[in-house]
Amino acid sequence: MAPVARSGSALRGKLPRAFRLVVLPVIVLVLWEIGARMELFNPIFLPPPSRIFSAAQQLLLSGELFRHFADSLRRIAIANVIAISVAVPLGFFMGLYRPFEEVIDGFLNILRPIPPLAWIPLAILWFGLGEKSVVFITLISAFFAILLNTIAGVRGVDKSLVRAALSLGATRRVLILQVVLPGTLPSLFTGFRIALGVSWMSIVAAELIASSSGLGFMISYYRELLRSDLILVGMLSIGIIGFLMDRGLLWLEQRLLPWRVRLEL
Amino acid sequence: MAVKVGIERVTKQYGGEGDAHFVLALDDVSFALDDGEFVSLLGPSGCGKSTLLHIVAGFEDATQGTVRVNGKPVAGPGADRGMVFQDYALFPWMTVMQNVTFGLRIKNLPQRECERIAREHIALVGLAGFENRFPHQLSGGMRQRSALARSVANNPEVLLMDEPLAAIDALTRNALQEEILKVCDARDGRPRKSVLYVTHSIEEAIFLSDRIVVMTPRPGRILEVVGVPFARPRNDATRLAPEFQQLAGEIWSTLKSHIKPN
Repeated sequence: MAPVARSGSALRGKLPRAFRLVVLPVIVLVLWEIGARMELFNPIFLPPPSRIFSAAQQLLLSGELFRHFADSLRRIAIANVIAISVAVPLGFFMGLYRPFEEVIDGFLNILRPIPPLAWIPLAILWFGLGEKSVVFITLISAFFAILLNTIAGVRGVDKSLVRAALSLGATRRVLILQVVLPGTLPSLFTGFRIALGVSWMSIVAAELIASSSGLGFMISYYRELLRSDLILVGMLSIGIIGFLMDRGLLWLEQRLLPWRVRLEL
Repeated sequence: MAVKVGIERVTKQYGGEGDAHFVLALDDVSFALDDGEFVSLLGPSGCGKSTLLHIVAGFEDATQGTVRVNGKPVAGPGADRGMVFQDYALFPWMTVMQNVTFGLRIKNLPQRECERIAREHIALVGLAGFENRFPHQLSGGMRQRSALARSVANNPEVLLMDEPLAAIDALTRNALQEEILKVCDARDGRPRKSVLYVTHSIEEAIFLSDRIVVMTPRPGRILEVVGVPFARPRNDATRLAPEFQQLAGEIWSTLKSHIKPN
């Protein structure tokens, strides 16, 4: 058993990381391109990568992609700032004070299972079509991710650390500010990352229905024009941007909480 | 000698009597820790030694009975009882210096005074030069040294230690035992620390203690209190002395009949 495992890891060591990352996408793209050129499938429904690439160029040069992206990003930023500023303090108090949590919890447990998209009709009634409705939908999805992770973070603070602080004479104020708060940060970051992920999911759906700009709108607009190449450009943009933002948050977490990342290794 | 910690008829139950999960963790336990004395609570798992220490620390309440420190009943955790944990319980987001000054800063000592006291204690446990390291950058032994410095620097009335060396490798453990004695000893005009120490190692208890409270499980009771006559300072020669081995053998033979196979 042992020699097999060793040769396996040696193999992994020999393949450059960059190669391992791109090998599968490249194979898929090549087969896809060949399939489209040989008309194995209808290019109207699934255009070849070369067409998607030139469509992406066209959208980038005209500034259209960037305009829609900026609209979506602005909405996500507004929604997450509001979600964080409400959910973090609320979650913190719910985690700290049992009775407070019990009062709030029953109410939230009924709201939580409702998919954010089910709020769209009501959002349109309340806020009309446009910016506010989209922000509202995004806000709802981000809110619960942040709230639940904040509560879990407060609860998950190492009991020994709390006891150590109390035995060193910590007052309630010191305990909360210097022990519970920093102890909650790793879980808060997890909440932010999940919130950002679900933000992209719900904002696209909200923009499909309730907006005349943003990446979600762009995708639905080009469906009406049967431009599957442009639809795919929109989809891939969301994938790439979502990935980059998640990595950005991960990088930020490693910079701000080096002790946490190192402990996990 | 003045009594530092008085444990008076302490009983601790978990669950109600008659419940399926009813446990009598401590059954009418009494003894006194004198000022400047080092006492170990020794016994197998489940004898209630850690529960008793937690009651003294104020982390748990006694079902019956009272714990007094300097005559005052304990009503919760406080800086008069410093705690050293098995898992170190260092704040991972603070450097060694910040950890050691934690209690001093709460007392509102001036910054410079905090750092002076911290430096002195960090040096005392042999960690001079590591002030700005984070706990994750230290070995287990160094983490426990930092935790020890943090508790002692806070100058508590009594030091409580809950199996502090149980997670440390055997070689480092011997070195740390001497370190603990050194740190708790009288120095610079300060009297010797009063220490209540929980362990399940007979040799460790003998090496460190003035007296050993031997406890038995289910229900947790005091079996006997053994005085340890060896002179201080203690060192490797103490461990090798025939009297040391003989005492260890005696304690083992009294405990043995009370340890049931699981």
